[in-house]
Amino acid sequence: MQNNEKNNSRRNFLKKLPVLALGTAALASCNSQEIEEFLQQNFKTLSKEEKDEIVKNLEKKYYEKYGKKFKVSDKPATEGILFGYGLDLSRCIGCRRCVYACVKENNQSRDPQIHWIQVLQMEKEKGIDFAHSTVHYNPETVPEPGHFYLPVACQQCRNPQCITVCPTKATWQEEDGIVVVDYNWCIGCRYCMAACPYGARHFNWGEPNIPLEEINPETHYLGNRPRPKGVVEKCTFCVQRVREGKYPSCVEICPVGARKFDNLLDPESEIRYILENKRVLVLKEELNTQPKFYYFFGV
Amino acid sequence: MDFLRFLLGCLKIIIKGGRVYYSCLFFLLILIVWGAFGYFGQLQNGLITTNMRDSVSWGFYIGNFTFLVGVAAAAVMLVIPAYIYNWKPIKEIVIFGEILAICAVIMCLSFIMVDIGNPLKFWHMLPFVGTMNFPSSILSWDFFVLSIYFLINLIVVVYLLYTHFYKKEYKKSIIIPLVLLSIPAAIAIHTVTAFLYNALPARPFWNSALLAPRFLTTAFCSGPAILLLLFQVLRKTTKFEIKDEAIFRIAELMVYSMFIYLFFTIAELFKEFYSDTEHIIYWKYLLFGVAKNREIAIYSWASIIMGTTAFLLFLIPTTRKNFLTLNIGAVLIYFSVYFEKGITLIIPGFTPDVIGQFYFYIPSETEIRTAVMIFSAGALLFTFISKIAIAILFEGFSFESVRKK
Repeated sequence: MQNNEKNNSRRNFLKKLPVLALGTAALASCNSQEIEEFLQQNFKTLSKEEKDEIVKNLEKKYYEKYGKKFKVSDKPATEGILFGYGLDLSRCIGCRRCVYACVKENNQSRDPQIHWIQVLQMEKEKGIDFAHSTVHYNPETVPEPGHFYLPVACQQCRNPQCITVCPTKATWQEEDGIVVVDYNWCIGCRYCMAACPYGARHFNWGEPNIPLEEINPETHYLGNRPRPKGVVEKCTFCVQRVREGKYPSCVEICPVGARKFDNLLDPESEIRYILENKRVLVLKEELNTQPKFYYFFGV
Repeated sequence: MDFLRFLLGCLKIIIKGGRVYYSCLFFLLILIVWGAFGYFGQLQNGLITTNMRDSVSWGFYIGNFTFLVGVAAAAVMLVIPAYIYNWKPIKEIVIFGEILAICAVIMCLSFIMVDIGNPLKFWHMLPFVGTMNFPSSILSWDFFVLSIYFLINLIVVVYLLYTHFYKKEYKKSIIIPLVLLSIPAAIAIHTVTAFLYNALPARPFWNSALLAPRFLTTAFCSGPAILLLLFQVLRKTTKFEIKDEAIFRIAELMVYSMFIYLFFTIAELFKEFYSDTEHIIYWKYLLFGVAKNREIAIYSWASIIMGTTAFLLFLIPTTRKNFLTLNIGAVLIYFSVYFEKGITLIIPGFTPDVIGQFYFYIPSETEIRTAVMIFSAGALLFTFISKIAIAILFEGFSFESVRKK
């Protein structure tokens, strides 16, 4: 009986051998960096040292992949700053320069195409009415008579539904009010996309493609660094720029000055001037998302 | 040693069968392989091989998930009437109901796994090893209740079969609390799944308090429909005995459920069409299509017609008590609910999207093949487990029979 059992266990072991061999081969085929990346924890829960280490590894990885020297910043929010955005509906002409500046600055995939900003063409007679708007307008020149334009990107809500529903805490609101995604932690369930009332979240349905010469190597871990397929991404107010004291690229490119960006906590700021002196509105205020993205009529 | 012999015995049971059985297995295997090749393409190239896009970010996979949660829930809810009316083979009803539930939950989780962009990172949503967003995210709740439900059913089935295998009496003090617990758990999994969609103010189509009650009523139609057919097959081919009255009673309960569902739907339709707000657009797309895009309308009308026919067949006593019309009704209601949950519940919620843009979605070949793979694998699993259960319960497969050999 004992002999039999021994025999059995040996046979069992032999049976398991191919599985073991396959497992080892699978492990050996991915390098230690891939394993480390696979085991990486939620970015928000890491210490400063761990973050620096990850950022360093990423810079190396991107250099090998794109042949460019990358800067991956993990600069945290500055105390006393809460970013707010103003968009002048009476000035916007619907030229979509902001869309393409954003694509370029934030390394959005060209094919499949991802646009963080969607410009909606609306009918003047109907007012702000999503049901009768279109993103597919394509005339020779804009603006078209009888129409006005309403660009929509992440509204950086104070009460963001996307964060509430995320099952993994892969997305959160930073101290300066920017809602960010940890692309390494996102599992790609797209619950946030179902929850967002503004269509601000975009998914990498396939492997993102960016022409090598157009890649922007000035990046932030929580912002415009290259993303893998299968994760969600969104507007971060250009976190890599605004935390260095620059304007978001959509603000900089806008030819008619319709876009305003500043610190909501600074009483002297431009955005506070707008709140004080113009009448503002937020989109879908009835959903209680409390955006920090204000639309107003400047003229 | 007994365990090894048990496993060997199970293997023998699984491969033992007539020509019909073998052709069924072969057919399922072909479907699994055909589906797996489709899914392989998705694994390589990403979800771009599906027809889902940013506007319609959930589709056929999540629909199937929702449908199967209903099947899982309803299989066990059948235990309530079995207790109340004291149907004779109560233990067998419990066992087969819970085996169906186990397989359905496995299929549910498979549909989630094929839907997410990074299946390998699934562990991020687990407690302790990852950062589960509990209690804030309903998806974490759903995972939580589904796991508990799965475990309860697994324990009950394994324990009942184990005691039968060793010809022991099962301890009522273990089984009854678990079975009683599985009933609220069954209601919980479907309610929480409804809450998944229900409390998203961004999606007016789902943002109705009637969603969870509607889920439960449809579940009470689709799950029992499968069991109703299964019981008849078991009755013919094994020593499993269930009286005609019990089967008719199940059908009668399904009629009540269908009636309540019909009432809820009419209430919902009245509210939407009479108030005629801009949210009516989702319902118009559901029922009539927008412009020339009627992809979904076909399925919703098919679902309505099949559901109504089944309702009438089950309502009229003569057709309810005739096995031919009864079975036709069961198949019709099953597919009616499948179309409703699988296709017409999820997609109109995204059409048009939150900023009013239309993207007309129908599942891609990859999505259909992947779904076929999961359904066939689930059917195979259900066949195997049921076969083992039948052998233990009715054909004297026990510790004695395996030791003899």
